[in-house]
Amino acid sequence: MNFDFSDDQKSLQDETHRFLRDRCDLSVARIVLDDQQQAYSESVWQEMVELGWAGIAIPEQYGGIGLGYLELCVMAEEMGRFLAPVPFSSTLYLFCEALLNGASETLKQEILPQVATGKLVGTMAFAEGFGFPGRDRIGVRFEGGKLYGDKWPVADAMIADAAVVLAVNEDNEPCLCLLDLDQEAVHRRQLESVDPSRGQGGLEFFGAEAESLTAFEGGSDNSGWQLFQRVLNSAAVLFAFEQIGGADACLAAATEFARERYAFGRPVGSFQAIKHKLADVYVGNQLARSNAYYGAWALATGAEELPLAASVARVSAIQAYEYAASENIQVHGGMGFTWEADCHLYLRRSRSLALLIGSSGLWKKQVTRELERKFV
Amino acid sequence: MDFDDTPEEAEFRLEVRSWLAEQASAYSLKSFDDLSFERQLSLGREFQARKAERGYAKITWTQELGGMGGTPMQAVIYEQEEEKYNFPTVFFAISLGMPIPVMRRFATEAQQQRYLKPALRGEEVWCQLFSEPSAGSDLGGIRLKAVRDGDDWVLNGQKIWTSYAHISDFGIIVTRTDPAVAKHKGMTFFFVDMKSPGIEVRQIKQAAGGGEFCEVFFSDVRVPDGNRLGEINAGWSVAIATLMEERFAVTDAAGGGAQLEDTMHFLRRELGEGDGGLDDPCVREKIADWYIAESGINNFYARLLTGLSQGQLPGPEAALSKIVIARKLQAQSADIMDFCGPAGAIYPDFQVSRANDYRIAWLEAAGYRIAGGTDEILKNTIAERVLGLPGDIRVDKDIPFEELK
Repeated sequence: MNFDFSDDQKSLQDETHRFLRDRCDLSVARIVLDDQQQAYSESVWQEMVELGWAGIAIPEQYGGIGLGYLELCVMAEEMGRFLAPVPFSSTLYLFCEALLNGASETLKQEILPQVATGKLVGTMAFAEGFGFPGRDRIGVRFEGGKLYGDKWPVADAMIADAAVVLAVNEDNEPCLCLLDLDQEAVHRRQLESVDPSRGQGGLEFFGAEAESLTAFEGGSDNSGWQLFQRVLNSAAVLFAFEQIGGADACLAAATEFARERYAFGRPVGSFQAIKHKLADVYVGNQLARSNAYYGAWALATGAEELPLAASVARVSAIQAYEYAASENIQVHGGMGFTWEADCHLYLRRSRSLALLIGSSGLWKKQVTRELERKFV
Repeated sequence: MDFDDTPEEAEFRLEVRSWLAEQASAYSLKSFDDLSFERQLSLGREFQARKAERGYAKITWTQELGGMGGTPMQAVIYEQEEEKYNFPTVFFAISLGMPIPVMRRFATEAQQQRYLKPALRGEEVWCQLFSEPSAGSDLGGIRLKAVRDGDDWVLNGQKIWTSYAHISDFGIIVTRTDPAVAKHKGMTFFFVDMKSPGIEVRQIKQAAGGGEFCEVFFSDVRVPDGNRLGEINAGWSVAIATLMEERFAVTDAAGGGAQLEDTMHFLRRELGEGDGGLDDPCVREKIADWYIAESGINNFYARLLTGLSQGQLPGPEAALSKIVIARKLQAQSADIMDFCGPAGAIYPDFQVSRANDYRIAWLEAAGYRIAGGTDEILKNTIAERVLGLPGDIRVDKDIPFEELK
């Protein structure tokens, strides 16, 4: 039994932690939160690029460092802990995942080195307003090599250089298309969200030139949709690590406050009402962490259980983070609900991560669907 | 990252597997419900004797003591493999889980020679006489009195919730020896012969019908001073050492009740297609919830075992498993009853055994949430010993025991 990260992976996590603590504490997220014009922290992102982080999981033949999913998981946890306002997730968990799994060799050779060197920030555009796209509910069309339609919300839409877009082709089959966002036929618009520390926007296409990703190996007649599902499953695991990092930060903050804050002549953390609440948060966090490890294992080993493990990891992480973030405010009392206190930053992030790649109800459906496939 | 055994662990697992397979035909029954209690117990003793012969009864002990000199990980591997069958081992779980390790730690050399091996072989069963009517979660509140009389101590009072006292030959017991000092400072630990004059055992019929818990009454029971474990009035530290033994014993992921796979087949078979059955979104969401909790506990357990495999003993964080398992058992069993409609309350005979029946599990779960540490006490443990929150203010800490209410 070796259900843990290796010493090398743990030291990469420490390194990530130290960098973020020194260069990207919560004051950085706060600057982006306070300033509507800033969609991310450009300077922190540049430093990360210089450290090679943009290409951490890109194979060496495409100019990256060539580390694997497990390394990405431990870094994701720290990104979540410090609420890093950078396009790490959009570029690495979504954009690169789509290319690595679905792009032709030529396309990988062309695009991935640009990601690794920080020349290109990527994202994935799939949502189209209210609801979540189903196979039969995709409005954006890919016809004659061009995209038409509207996608919103899209993470990092205002700063991304390229996007992978979910569309339907001339045969009415879902496909993922790669698109350069710096063209006239793409209109961007900024959107306000509950979590302004991570920018979101809308992308409208008026015949924008794009290229379909067609090389997904697991694919059959429906490879575009399967590729999209594969990317979502990878992202679910990686976002789960961001979520458990955030949930851990909330528990640590609430615990520290409960030890130091006195009321009725004693630390509030000596009251069982607070103890039991924080014990519940701890239990939720540990279950989520354990399920996230399961997801990481499935992702890293290419296990058949990935759709099951990813859905379990995602639902667990959503539940743990949202619970930890809301109870963190509760433990802090009135001060916890001020703009000055950091509690609301986590609350906002916990909600936006709970929504970005589909909410818990959607992923619970996947859990049961996969169990049915396994058992019935 | 993997779930694999090390080569040494894999080798041991194979050895255990093949031995268990040989025993299965004689000792592992689909259900023991049709056998008399005496027959179950005698089958249990036979199997236990075979286990002890192989050193499997206490894997981590030396061969000299009756073990096999194995690692804690090997002990877990044995349990994992044994659990795949249904051997009658339940009678010895407490006996070998707590009293016997305490005897190993605190009894004299001669006493160990006399008592350890017969217990490992299942010839003698031990119980743990801790809780009292007025001392459950607050074990420090015990009142059963032990008064010195020459070379003996005279015990008077009552114990309760003593598992398998009715079949026990011996018991370890914590008593009040000095009521004039604070509660934790006036307790002394002994072991007693359960056949001593003045001991009366009564089984308690539980809400779910089971009777393995007992009340034990002590009237002028004489216990030689030689049976004392630890110093006079230092019984609290012996009791704590005993409870520590319990720690890893309760963290296993198996929680009884209906298995998910069986349940899904059952719902499909009995409730058919469409609304109300396995296709119903309400049913599907519940199934996802159960599995997410189950997976969380199994994967948490895998992380604990990883530590154990690398030589780290689990800390107080292991307490979380029982909180989650007991609550999940209660909720999941009630959900399955709900899906069945009014028939969910009826006991038609279609489940494999009592242990996997959701109606029985539903009722028993109410007890699991209390036995071996209530949900609330375990949450205190996590809050204080894992998160480092300050202890509760203890109003009885420095007051002589006899002045407490």
